[in-house]
Amino acid sequence: MKWDEFIITGDPLILGAQISILISAIGAVFVLTYFKKWKWLWDEWITSVDHKKLGIMYILIAILMFFRGGIDALMMRTQLAAPNMTFLDSLHYNEIFTTHGTIMIIFMAMPFLIGLMNVVIPLQIGARDVAFPFLNNLSFWTFVIGMGLFNISFIIGGSPSAGWTSYMPLASNELNPGPGQNYYLLGLQISGIGTLATGINMMVTIFKMRAKGMKLMMMPMFTWTTLITSMIIVLAFPVLTIALAEMTFDRLFGTHFFNLTNGGMPMLWANLFWIWGHPEVYIVALPAFGIFSEIITTFSKKRLFGYNAMVYSIVAISVLSFLVWVHHFFTMGSGAVVNSFFSITTMAISIPTGVKIFNWLLTMHKGRITFSTPMLWSVAFIPNFVIGGVTGVMLAMAAADYQYHNTYFLVSHFHYVLIAATVFACFAGFIYWYPKMFGYKLNERIGKWFFWIFVAGFNICFFPQYFLGLDGMPRRIHIYGVEDGWFALNFISTVGAFIMGLAFIILVYNIYYSFRYSPRETTGDAWGGRTLEWATSSAIPPHYNFAKVPEVTAMDPYWDMKEKGIDPNKIDKYEKIHMPSNTAVPFVMGCFMFLAGFGLVFEWFWMGIVGAIGIFACMAYRSFDYNDGYYVSVEEIEETEKRAREAK
Amino acid sequence: MLKNGKSLKWLAFLALSLFLSGCGNMTVLDPKGPVAESQAWLIWFSIGFMLLIVLVVFILLTVILVKYREREDHKGYQPEIEGSHKLEIIWTIIPVIIVIILSVPTIMTIFELEEAPAATAHKEPVVVHATSVNWKWIFSYPEVGIETVNYLNIPTDRPILFKLTSADSMAALWIPQLGGQKYNMAGMETQLYLQANEVGTYAGRNANYTGEGFSEQKFDVVALEQGDFDAWVEETQSDAPELTQEEYDKLMVPGSSSEMTFSSTHLDWVDHSTDAEYAINAWERMGYEPLNPHSRAGKAYEMPALTQSDSGEIEGFESQAANE
Repeated sequence: MKWDEFIITGDPLILGAQISILISAIGAVFVLTYFKKWKWLWDEWITSVDHKKLGIMYILIAILMFFRGGIDALMMRTQLAAPNMTFLDSLHYNEIFTTHGTIMIIFMAMPFLIGLMNVVIPLQIGARDVAFPFLNNLSFWTFVIGMGLFNISFIIGGSPSAGWTSYMPLASNELNPGPGQNYYLLGLQISGIGTLATGINMMVTIFKMRAKGMKLMMMPMFTWTTLITSMIIVLAFPVLTIALAEMTFDRLFGTHFFNLTNGGMPMLWANLFWIWGHPEVYIVALPAFGIFSEIITTFSKKRLFGYNAMVYSIVAISVLSFLVWVHHFFTMGSGAVVNSFFSITTMAISIPTGVKIFNWLLTMHKGRITFSTPMLWSVAFIPNFVIGGVTGVMLAMAAADYQYHNTYFLVSHFHYVLIAATVFACFAGFIYWYPKMFGYKLNERIGKWFFWIFVAGFNICFFPQYFLGLDGMPRRIHIYGVEDGWFALNFISTVGAFIMGLAFIILVYNIYYSFRYSPRETTGDAWGGRTLEWATSSAIPPHYNFAKVPEVTAMDPYWDMKEKGIDPNKIDKYEKIHMPSNTAVPFVMGCFMFLAGFGLVFEWFWMGIVGAIGIFACMAYRSFDYNDGYYVSVEEIEETEKRAREAK
Repeated sequence: MLKNGKSLKWLAFLALSLFLSGCGNMTVLDPKGPVAESQAWLIWFSIGFMLLIVLVVFILLTVILVKYREREDHKGYQPEIEGSHKLEIIWTIIPVIIVIILSVPTIMTIFELEEAPAATAHKEPVVVHATSVNWKWIFSYPEVGIETVNYLNIPTDRPILFKLTSADSMAALWIPQLGGQKYNMAGMETQLYLQANEVGTYAGRNANYTGEGFSEQKFDVVALEQGDFDAWVEETQSDAPELTQEEYDKLMVPGSSSEMTFSSTHLDWVDHSTDAEYAINAWERMGYEPLNPHSRAGKAYEMPALTQSDSGEIEGFESQAANE
C-alpha cells in the first residue's frame, strides 16, 4: 500500500469535498469547545440510552445521508442531462451510482424509519423505554460506524463501483481491484449488526412491554408494521451477514465462494443477495404503511377502516416478500417453470397491497379531512405509490420483464415505490412527530412549499424515465449518444432532480426557521392524536415517558380517553420509576469496530486484530457490569410534572 | 384552469396524443420480429389493465378528498365505522381476478419464448454463440466457421438460437427490437431465441452493468435476406483471416474493440460455458494485471482499444509494461 493508493487525489470534485469536510470538522470542534458543549454531548447524547434521543440521532444522520445520496443523484443526473457529457468519467460515475444506492437504502431509508420507530414505539405502546436500552445504544453506534466507514471511501482508498447489488464476479478482486469493494462489505457488515439487534429489540419491546390492556389486535398500526418489519429483519439479515462474510473471505483470504476460478458460483451471490434484498424492500416499505395509517386516521378524525384486514395484509405481504426474490433476475434463464412461479408470487403481492390502498381510501371516506403537511404527504403517497405499484405488476410479468429488466423503466418503478412510500413516509412521520421530539411544530406554510415542490420535482424526474426505459435506455450507463434519441426526456428528468434538490433546501430552512420562530407546544397533543404517544404529560416527553402508564381499554386509546373525558395526566399519587443508566461501552466498542473494519479494508491484519481484541474486551467489561439502572424519585417526578403543567 | 373545461380537455387530448405518438416510436414497442412482437403485445395488454386500476384509484381519491375535506357545511361524518367485510371481499376478489387474467398470457408467453417462434419453427435455426468479454461481444457461427467481434449478421425470417456465455463479468445480450434480454454468465450457457422479420440494422448492447467500459459495449445487428446472408458467409469464409489462440487471447484483456471478422471460431480451443477461468489465465499469458484505478499506475494505464489489421492481426495491446 502506497500513499497514492490511500488518499484520493486528482479530482477537483473530491478535493472540494475533502476541503469542506475538513472545514466543517474544524468548525464543529470549535463550536463545541467555544460553547463548552463537550460534556453535554457526551452525557446527554453519546452515552444516552433514552430511546427518544437515540431516535433523534438516527434521524439526524439519516437526513445527512439523504443529503449525501442526493448530491450523488444530482451529479448523476448532471452527467446524463445531455448526450456525450463529460462531467463525470466512467469510473467516477460508477462509484457514485453505487454509493447512491447503498446509502439511500442502508444509511438513509432504514435508519430514518428506525429512528422514527425508536422515538415512537415505546411511547405508542406505553413503555418506559425499549426492552434492551444498552443494545439500542450499541445498535445506533454500529450503524454510525458502518455509515462512517462506508462514507470515507470516497476520500480514502476509493469507493466501491460494482453497484449496490455488487454482483459477482464483477465485485471480485480480479475485476474490481483496490479497497473500494471492501468498504462496501465491511460498512454493511458492521451496520448490519446494529440492524439485526434493533429487530430483536423492537420485537421483544412490542411483545413484552405493552401497557396493561393493550392486546395485540389493539396495537396502533405503526406498532404492528414495526413488529412485522422486525420479524423480517431477524429472518432476512442473517442471510446478508453470511453472504457478505463469504464475499469478504473471497476478497481477503482467497476463498472461492463466488469467484470465477476454482468452481466459485457467481450466481449464488445474486440469489443470496436478493433473498435478503427483497425482504429489505419491505423492511423499508411496511413501516411507511404504518406511518401513513397513523396520519390518515388522525387527520380524517376517524378510526382505521378494516383494521383486521390491514393487519392480515401486512402479515401476507411479509410472508410473500420471502417468496419473490427471483423476479430480480428473471433473465438469468432459470427456466419457464421457475419464472412462472415467481411471476405469480410477485403479482400476488399486489393483492394485499391493493387491499391496504382501498382501506386507506375508505378511512378518509366519511371523515373530516384536514390537509396539514403530514396529511399532504400521506395523501400524495396514494396516487404516486399506485403508479409505482402497477408498473411493479408489469415488471412481474416475466416474459415482458425481459424487455424492462436493467432499463430505466425499472429505475423509475423502484423510485416510485421507494420515494412515494418510504421517503414520503419519512417526511410525513418526521413532521408529524416533530412536536413530540422537539416541542414545536415545523412551520406549516414553508412545509407546504416543500411538499409541492418536492412532489412536482419527483414526478418530473421519474415519470419520463418509464419512457426512456421503453425506448431502450439501460440503467447504469454513464454516457449516451445523440443518435440514441434520449436527450429530451433525460433533460426533463434532470430538471426534476434539481427541483427535488431545491425542495430539500426548503426543508432544511424550515428546520432552522421553526427552531427560531415556531410557537412552543404546551399540550403534548399537537395534532389531536389518537394513540398513546400524544398522552404524555409534556411537550417533550420526560425520559421516563409516562409518570404513570395509562391503562388501555380500547383501540386508539388516547382518542377514547378524550371522548370519555379522562385526563391521563391527572395522577393522585406518583411512584418511583426504574430507569436504565447511561453507558459509554457501545461508543468505545464502536471505535474498535471502526479500527477493525478500516484495517480489514486495507488488509492491514494487525489493525484488524487490535480492533477485534478491543471489541472482545468491551464485551468482557460489559459482562462484569452489574449496574442495572436507578430509580427516579417521586420528588423528581413531581417536579418534572409540575413544570410540564406550568408550561400550559 | 379547472373552471375552463374546454382548455383542460384540449390539454388532456394534447398530452394523450403526444404520449401515444411517443409510444409508437419507442424501441421496445416498435418490434421487428415475432419475439419482440409477443412481448410488445403483452406490454400493451398490461398497460391497458394498469391504466384502468390507476383511473379507479385516482377518481376515488379525488372524490373522497373533495367530498370529505373539513369545511363549514360538512356532511356525513361517521368516525366509528370499523370496516365492511363486503367491500373488503370485493377489493380482494377483483385484484385476484386481475392477477389471474394477467398470469395466463404471461405464463403462455414465458413458455412460448423458450422455443423457436411458432411460425418459423419448421426452419432450422441459425446457431450463434454470443460471448461477452469486458467490454466486447464475440459472435461465433459454428455451423459455418465464422467469428465476428462487435457486429452480428443474421438472415431474416429464420429463428436465431443464441447460446449465451461470458468470459468474465455477467452481461446481458439485448436487442430490444428483436426481443428481450438474457444473461451471459461465465461457466454457464443460457439460450435465447430471437428473430428478425424485416431487413435492417438494429441496435444491440449489453444491458447488464459490467464496469468501466459498460456504456460502450454495443453492437449492430444487420438483418439480411437469406441470399445476401449466404453470400456474406461465403465471402467471409474465403476472405477473412483465421483466428488463432494467441490473437484471441488479446481479446480477453479488458478494453474496447472495433468490428472484426474471422474465418474460424474460438470454439476450437475454448468453450467459456464450461471453462470460467480461461480469460483470467489468458491475462497471465498476455502480461495483464488488474490495477487499482485510483493508484498512480492505474490512472496512467489506458485500456486497449483493439483493431484488426488488413492481414487479420489484432493490434492495440502489447503488454501492460509497454503501456506504462
